[in-house]
Amino acid sequence: MKIRYHSVVLDEEKCQGCTNCIKNCPTEAIRVRGGKAVILTERCVDCGECIRTCENHAKKALSETLDDLKNFRYRIALPAPSLYGQFKQGVMPRAVLAALRQIGFDEVYEVAAAAELTTYAVRTYLEEYTAKNDRKNLPLISSSCPAVVRLIQVRFPGLIPRIIPVEPPYVTAAKMFYRERLPELEYSPDQIGLFFITPCPAKITEIKTAIQAGYHVDGAIPFLSIFGKLQEQVEAGEKVDAHPQSTGVGIGWARAGGESVAVKWENALSVDGIHHVAALLEEIEMDKLNDIDYIEAMACPEGCVGGALTVENPFVARVKIRKLAEAANDKELPPEVAALGAKLYSEDFFRSQQDLPAIPALQLDKDLGVAIKKLEQVEGLMTKLPGLDCGACGSPTCRSLAEDIVQQNAQLSDCIFILREELEELASKLLLLSQKRPPALGQTGSEKEVAKSESQESLGENRSPDDHRE
Amino acid sequence: MTTPGMVLHFSVEGGDFAAAGEAASKIKKALRKIGIDAGVIRRVAIAAYEAEMNIVLHARRGRLVLEVAEDKLQVIAEDEGPGIPDVNQAMQEGFSTASDLAREMGFGAGMGLPNMKKCSDTITIESVKDRGTKVVMGFDHR
Ligand SMILES: Nc1ncnc2c1ncn2[C@@H]1O[C@H](COP(=O)(O)OP(=O)(O)OP(=O)(O)O)[C@@H](O)[C@H]1O
Ligand code: SF4
Ligand code: SF4
Ligand SMILES: [Mg+2]
Repeated sequence: MKIRYHSVVLDEEKCQGCTNCIKNCPTEAIRVRGGKAVILTERCVDCGECIRTCENHAKKALSETLDDLKNFRYRIALPAPSLYGQFKQGVMPRAVLAALRQIGFDEVYEVAAAAELTTYAVRTYLEEYTAKNDRKNLPLISSSCPAVVRLIQVRFPGLIPRIIPVEPPYVTAAKMFYRERLPELEYSPDQIGLFFITPCPAKITEIKTAIQAGYHVDGAIPFLSIFGKLQEQVEAGEKVDAHPQSTGVGIGWARAGGESVAVKWENALSVDGIHHVAALLEEIEMDKLNDIDYIEAMACPEGCVGGALTVENPFVARVKIRKLAEAANDKELPPEVAALGAKLYSEDFFRSQQDLPAIPALQLDKDLGVAIKKLEQVEGLMTKLPGLDCGACGSPTCRSLAEDIVQQNAQLSDCIFILREELEELASKLLLLSQKRPPALGQTGSEKEVAKSESQESLGENRSPDDHRE
Repeated sequence: MTTPGMVLHFSVEGGDFAAAGEAASKIKKALRKIGIDAGVIRRVAIAAYEAEMNIVLHARRGRLVLEVAEDKLQVIAEDEGPGIPDVNQAMQEGFSTASDLAREMGFGAGMGLPNMKKCSDTITIESVKDRGTKVVMGFDHR
C-alpha cells in the first residue's frame, strides 16, 4: 500500500512561517523551513490538528467538490452521522437528507444506518475475542477513526494487532449500497458516484488509500464546503421526501463515547483528542490497561462532531447529537437490523480488508547499527542545545532539531542560541582583528590604551550580557 | 555483552512520584527511534518501569542505564538505598515491604521483581545491605 497520499496540505501563499503549528502535531511531522511550513508526509496521520491551530488558515484538506458530481450519471451521498449535529436546534435528519438531494445527489445512503450494522459486528467480535483470548491481549481498539489507526501505525506499531478488524461504518454503507441497491438500478458501477460527506481529512485520505474490495467510494466532500448550500435548502424547506433509516443507535456514533454506548459494552473506555489518545496508547503499550476490553479512541475533541472540517462548535454539536439520538431510540438495535447484522456477520461481510503495516517514519535509520550511531549523535547534540523547545529553529523541540541535524535536514546554527554564541565569538574575533595594525604603521595614543587594556582583561568580559541582546 | 553500541543514563530520585516513570518512558522512546522490535520494546519498557519504581519506592536515589548493541540490550538499575536482605524472598510474587502510602497509590503488590524476571531474558540482582542494589536485565533483540 502506498502511504504517501495526504489530504492535509499547506497553502504556501497563506503560510507566514509562524511555527504555531509545529508544536501540536502528534507525530512531529511539521517543520518550518525557509519561512514556510513543510509536512513530512511519511509521518502525517491527517488528524487535522494543524488545520485547527493555524490562524492564517494555511493548512487545508484536499477533497472533491460538488463539481465532481458531474462526472457521474447517478450520485449517492453517504453523510457521516455527525452532519446531523451541524444545523440549528430542531432541524431533523429528514430535513438534512432532503437538502442533500436538493443540492445534487440522486440518493442518500446514511452512514448512521450502516453504523448500526457495524454496532452489531463490533459487539459480536468483542464477544468472540474476549471469550477466546487472555487479558494479556486486551484492550482491543476501535478501527473507526482513521487518524487513530494511522497514529498506531506510526507511533505504536506494537498495538496494530489490537485494532478491531471491522470496516468503519462508511465502508459498510458503501458495501450495502453495492449489495442491496446497485442491482436494482440500471446504471453500471462506473456511472455511479459515491461521495462520503466528511467531517475530517483523515477519512479523505483513507478513501484515497484504502483497499476498496467489493465497493467503490469515489470521493469525499467536507461539511465545510457544502454547509452554506445545505443550510439554504434546510431553510427553504423540504421539496423531496426523505426517509431516514437510522435510529439513535447509529446517530450517536457521531460523538465521543457514542460507539461504545451503541455497542453496549460495559467494560469499555472512550477517549477523544489526539494527544489524549496518544497518552492512553502509551499506557496500553505498557500493559497497564489489561483489565479493560475495548477502547473507543477518537482523534478529534468530542469525537467526529469535532472534526477539523465541521462548522458547528464541537460541544454544541455534541449536545445536539445526543438529543437527536435520544429522540430516535438510542437504546436498542431494531430487531431487523440485528438480524441482518447476524446474517452479514456470518458471511464475514464486515471484516476489514485493510493491510495495516507498521510505518517506521520516526526511526532514525533502517539499519540498526546506523540508527544507534545516529541516536548517539543526537544525544551528543542534546548536551549543546539549550533544551528550551522554543521552536524558533522550525523544529518542534530541541530533540527533533538534533534529529534533523543528524539526518542532515538542519544545521546546529539553526538554533538561535547557538547562532548567538557563534556570532559573539565571531564578533570578538572581528574586534581583535580590527585592532591589529600592520607593524609598519605607528600606534596613535588611543590605540595604545586599547592595547594596554587588552592585555589586562579579555574582551568579552568587560561587556554586560545585556549589551548583545538585540 | 559484545561491544556496547550505545550507553544512555537516566537518573532517578527516591520518593519523587511526580517524575516516576520518566526514565522508562525515555528508554522506550530511544528504542523506538532505533527501530527495535515493538514486542521487545514492550518487554524492556515494562521491566525498566518496574525497576525505576523500585528505586522511587524503596531507595534514596539511583539511575537506569540502557546499553544497546546490535544483538542484545541491557538495562541496569542501580541505587543507593537499604538493599534487599533476602533476594529470593523479594522475588516471590506478592512479597512486598512497601509503605501504606505507596499501597494507597496502587503500588506494593509485590509484583515488580517477578514481572522484571518475566519480561527479561536474563536477570541478576546484587544487593548490599544499607548500601544499595544493582539489577542487571538482559534482552535479546535479534
Ligand atoms: N531497589 C530496591 N531497594 C530496596 N528494596 C527493594 C528494591 N527493589 C525491591 N525491593 C524489595 O523487594 C520487595 C519486592 O519488590 P517488588 O518490586 O517485587 O514489589 P513492590 O515494589 O513491593 O511492589 P510492586 O512492584 O508490585 O509495586 C519490595 O517490597 C522491597 O522490599
Ligand atoms: S494533520 Fe496532524 S499529523 Fe498531519 S501534519 Fe497536521 S497535525 Fe501533524
Ligand atoms: S474523530 Fe472522527 S472526525 Fe476526527 S479524525 Fe477521527 S474519524 Fe475523523
Ligand atoms: Mg516494585
